[in-house]
Amino acid sequence: MTRSGETANPITVVVNGRPRDVPDQETVAGLVASSGLGDRAIAIEINGQLVPGSQFAETRLRPADQIEIVSLAGGG
Amino acid sequence: MGVRPMTSDPKTARPHPPACGSPSGDLQIGPIGLSSRLILGTGRYRDFSQMQQCHRAAGVACVTVAVRREKLHDSQGNNILDFLDTESLVLLPNTAGCYTSESAVRAARMGREILSGLGNAGSQWVKLEVLGDSRTLLPDPVETLQATRELVELGFHVLVYTNDDPVLAMRLKQAGAAAVMPAGSPIGSGRGIANPVNLQIILEQLKGDEPGYPVIVDAGLGSPADVVQAMELGADGVLMNTAVARAGDPVAMAEAMRWAIRAGRTGFLAGRIAPARYGSASSPEFGMISDTAIRRSANPK
Repeated sequence: MTRSGETANPITVVVNGRPRDVPDQETVAGLVASSGLGDRAIAIEINGQLVPGSQFAETRLRPADQIEIVSLAGGG
Repeated sequence: MGVRPMTSDPKTARPHPPACGSPSGDLQIGPIGLSSRLILGTGRYRDFSQMQQCHRAAGVACVTVAVRREKLHDSQGNNILDFLDTESLVLLPNTAGCYTSESAVRAARMGREILSGLGNAGSQWVKLEVLGDSRTLLPDPVETLQATRELVELGFHVLVYTNDDPVLAMRLKQAGAAAVMPAGSPIGSGRGIANPVNLQIILEQLKGDEPGYPVIVDAGLGSPADVVQAMELGADGVLMNTAVARAGDPVAMAEAMRWAIRAGRTGFLAGRIAPARYGSASSPEFGMISDTAIRRSANPK
């Protein structure tokens, strides 16, 4: 977990196509929380690989990671 | 439950109808049983509230959903899950909009992850849709077959959207698809069943050695009559979205589709008469009153 104020040496990742700075050693769980998605039904891929929800807390982001955060939408 | 045990007199007891014989219910696809043979989409409605009313009016047990990027910068939008009763509805995640087997497999895995988190039975299956052309929205048969094989390998029960080619439909069944879902005509076109003969051939061939194998008409239907036709031909169900969502009164159309499913299925089970070239009277041809008096009054002498 990152401590409050620990923003030194942020890394840049790409979330749903947009560059985003996150703290070094940020976890997927941290990204979800800081995105306000803690209570949403979502799935996350990093570089094309699904990250199971059970691994959000232990999976750390690395610079230039391509992250896809998806949820359900209307469709036929 | 009642205290009186069921007594069964073999002379009077009516056998339970077979699972596939119920007019509207008991559609079994892989491990999932549905109480309605109509599957509705969740797209293109005016809003989520109207969508929910349509689902209720149609009496559906299953609805499709898409997997899309979360709108990280638009937090005021309603959540579709607030308008889907995930306790009673089985969600069917789709791979809509995918043009390669690779992207379809990725979408399927993400859909499964989301539905697993929701504890919804729909996490076991996927509506596989791999498109080949953005204008017609017709499926890519090569990528569709490839993705079917991969998803079956990954343990999915695959409900595969395909065109109305009987050979490809059989190949998809042989690849392990839980259900084959031929299009009536292009997605959203409302043109109905463009080639009923192909659909009949698909039904005969896929059900030839396995009558319960589910074949569902997916896409292109426009009216209740189209639904009746699909069900009368022997389809196990219908999947639609635009015909309801974009109708003049979507909720009323949803209800119409509910009855169309019942009418078509019941008619199929009842067994229609064979069409004939000449007429055959419905009323007795004997005991007619005499027309002699009329002839006399018209021609006195």
